Amino acid sequence: MEFRYLPMTETDKKEMLETIGVGSSEELFSDIPDQVRFKGELELKKPANEAQLKKELAAMAKKNANLIEYSSFLGAGVYDHFIPSVVDHVISRSEFYTAYTPYQPEISQGELQAIFEFQTMICELTGMGVANSSMYDGGTALAEAVNLSAGQTKRKKILVSKAIHPESRAVIDSYAKGPNLEIVEIDHHNGRTDLKQLNDELDENTASVVMQYPNFFGQIEPLHEVNEMISQQKKTMFIVSSNPLALGYLTPPGEFGADIVVGDTQVFGIPAQFGGPHCGYFATTHKLMRKVPGRLVGQTTDEDGQRGFVLTLQAREQHIRRDKATSNICSNQALNALASSVAMSSIGKNGIKKMAVLNMQKARYAKQKLEETGIEVISQGAFFNELVVKLSENVANVNEKLLDKGIIGGYDLEQAYPDLKGHMLIAVTEIRTKEEIDTFVKELGDIHG
Amino acid sequence: MANTDFPLIFERSKEGRTGYSFPEFDVPEFNLENEFEDSYIRKEAPDLPEVSELEIMRHYTALSKRNYGVDSGFYPLGSCTMKYNPKINEDIARLDGFSYIHPHQDPKSVQGAMEMMYDLQTSLREITGMHEVSLQPAAGAQGEWTGLMMIRAFHEANGDYNRTKVIVPDSAHGTNPASAKVAGFDAVTVKSNDKGLVDLEDLKRVVGKDTAALMLTNPNTLGLFETEILEMAEIIHGAGGKLYYDGANLNAIMGYTRPGDMGFDVVHLNLHKTFTGPHGGGGPGSGPVGVSSELAAYLPKPLLVKKDNLYTFDYDRPDSIGRVKPYYGNFGINLRAYTYIRTMGAEGLKKVSEYAVINANYMMRKLEKEYVLPYQQHCKHEFVISGKKQKKLGVRTLDIAKRLLDYGYHPPTIYFPINVEEAMMVEPTETESKETLDGFIGTMMKISDEAKYNPELVQEAPFNTIVKRMDETTAARKPILRYEK
Repeated sequence: MEFRYLPMTETDKKEMLETIGVGSSEELFSDIPDQVRFKGELELKKPANEAQLKKELAAMAKKNANLIEYSSFLGAGVYDHFIPSVVDHVISRSEFYTAYTPYQPEISQGELQAIFEFQTMICELTGMGVANSSMYDGGTALAEAVNLSAGQTKRKKILVSKAIHPESRAVIDSYAKGPNLEIVEIDHHNGRTDLKQLNDELDENTASVVMQYPNFFGQIEPLHEVNEMISQQKKTMFIVSSNPLALGYLTPPGEFGADIVVGDTQVFGIPAQFGGPHCGYFATTHKLMRKVPGRLVGQTTDEDGQRGFVLTLQAREQHIRRDKATSNICSNQALNALASSVAMSSIGKNGIKKMAVLNMQKARYAKQKLEETGIEVISQGAFFNELVVKLSENVANVNEKLLDKGIIGGYDLEQAYPDLKGHMLIAVTEIRTKEEIDTFVKELGDIHG
Repeated sequence: MANTDFPLIFERSKEGRTGYSFPEFDVPEFNLENEFEDSYIRKEAPDLPEVSELEIMRHYTALSKRNYGVDSGFYPLGSCTMKYNPKINEDIARLDGFSYIHPHQDPKSVQGAMEMMYDLQTSLREITGMHEVSLQPAAGAQGEWTGLMMIRAFHEANGDYNRTKVIVPDSAHGTNPASAKVAGFDAVTVKSNDKGLVDLEDLKRVVGKDTAALMLTNPNTLGLFETEILEMAEIIHGAGGKLYYDGANLNAIMGYTRPGDMGFDVVHLNLHKTFTGPHGGGGPGSGPVGVSSELAAYLPKPLLVKKDNLYTFDYDRPDSIGRVKPYYGNFGINLRAYTYIRTMGAEGLKKVSEYAVINANYMMRKLEKEYVLPYQQHCKHEFVISGKKQKKLGVRTLDIAKRLLDYGYHPPTIYFPINVEEAMMVEPTETESKETLDGFIGTMMKISDEAKYNPELVQEAPFNTIVKRMDETTAARKPILRYEK
């Protein structure tokens, strides 16, 4: 069979084997001991031609209820925001997506500058001094932040709010096993972190306090008060995970004394794609610049005095420092960071607030409608674009019924919080129309009875 | 003052412009300020650029022209497997039914996505010869750490808390010792012998009751097959340790041998290398892990399983090391890898390795005429040559790399692996034609001549790039990591 990605002809092969000085390609594999040689053919599906494969995979895709055709009220860390067409046109330029990490700055100025611009945008949004080139996602960025705080303070105890995304908490737990950290979870009351418990647990062994803002339930945590508590302890670091879109309206964590701010830029130009790849961001203070995990791009000049960009402070990284590196991370999410940069440029300085407000207004409209319909809304304090309701029925069942009506319902909180039976976390983004919200509330009301 | 003729997006900004089409404000207005304490309402807008849609396109198109990818030209960057990124992969990944699905949807509403993941897991099990696979790790380095955490969990389940050391060869990728550290181990180095392979005597010296694992890339980063792999497996297993396979170089052996058959207990793969997920300028990647049956219980959770023709996520895995990443891995990259595997099948994948190995050996035999070849045996998919002969003429490997830029090539990986002086690590991949290889070989010969007769030309290169050599020292000494007005 012929393969369109393989240009070697029989003539090429013959000539090349002659140059190498072997009679057949088998000789090049003769150093693999016979006992470990794989005999026979791998059991894989037969190769598919391009037309056939497109058809087959399109059919597979069709089996999934997608966010374009369905009206979605599902968020919980991954959001359905409008993605301008320019985003995909930019990231489809193959000079970007077929390139490697920009190790050769002379032919990688495009990528390097794009990352430098991304770093700047993240600093602007978070109110922090330094941001890296990106991380795998918000969850692992948070776990890296926790490990950094332990290394920096030489302490083991970490206070983690239970109002943080449960899957991010699970990742923190996994990352904490390496350096043997003690993770203490702080309860929440009605969707907000229990500050009293936080204060009681906070002591001279605490490496960091970890909060989410807005938190997993959509609530705005009182970062100012938390920072006041932390300030009582010398060295304890303040780590905040933030939805960067919300920072278009909210005072950024940097102004509340955060030492590290992380999160995910999926909200800017990255489709949900079943949870990945998304794009973590990692921002911190100048003081911690040399402790940052991952790639950093810096501005410099070339021999002719031309402005340009390079990967910098590489002495932190695994390819130089090996086991002394600040992290084992090698890749970043460059292409997704690019997508987010394009989306952020598109939204712009004034647009970012407008977009945040649009999310908030629509979410409040949904809240009012839900209350009018007699559905108990649990969320009462200041919130961003997500709220919690309590239903009389199991959320999974409700969602199954909603799906039949063309609606993807909210997140079933019982999955991660066993005491929150019948509690649904509803996200309302700017692209949900009034009509969609009305229909959703009506259907939910009908099911709720 | 630096010449800033080429603007940043912020320097293209003008107050009042926008590139975004906002959805309609179609609901009644609520007073937000009543709800928030004043100190929580942002006072100063983040200084994002204000640009029109065309200006965005012009800016990023101009940036793309200042960049170089596999589609631009030959990219023989050793250990990175810079092969062609098929276009159908990109089209498939953008289908609404794959791109616009939410990880928290009811599994029944995303059976197509889960079917793809399950099929991919099954394919990777077969290709690696492992018992079970998880697609959760985000990239190779995360796969390494995940694998080591499973090994740690295994030892601890056996009450074996004293296995604190992970052995890595001196030729290993930097991520290996770094991942060992993050997983709570100490990295111990084992030396290479004069054939470029792990020195068994040294391995016997460093192995012991404290050995948790040996991390090995096979073929190794010199592109050489570790022929004594069975002896190594015996030494490590004999001491109670586990054998970890770094899948960075899987492109060399598909259909010829499998990590599972070589005695490896844990494997990670780099789907963005062997399986054509594009590198994206540094990511996103994907780093699935495979394990032997003995370690299957420790895989990250949830694990995707098939029950009564229904795909589900199994969370009921008490021995699991837990989550390594939110959701289920880099689905979009996994989908590209799956599309590639379906395109190639068993026959195609074996040819991939065959041709990758022929291409590398061909280049190696041509280049050894002018460059020092430290190890004489046949290589696999990549090889390492040394620029030490040219160094005597005052031309360093870095200079050769920069001179290659003038001729329109991406240079090989340089100064790695660290056990070869003035190393150049060349990986042509199977998707390059003989003409392309000959063109590159000719250029390398020409540069070797330049080093002899006109060394300044090489030392001062590049001349044809949009910027010249960068002042990296100042960049590190006085870091400027963001734009300020």
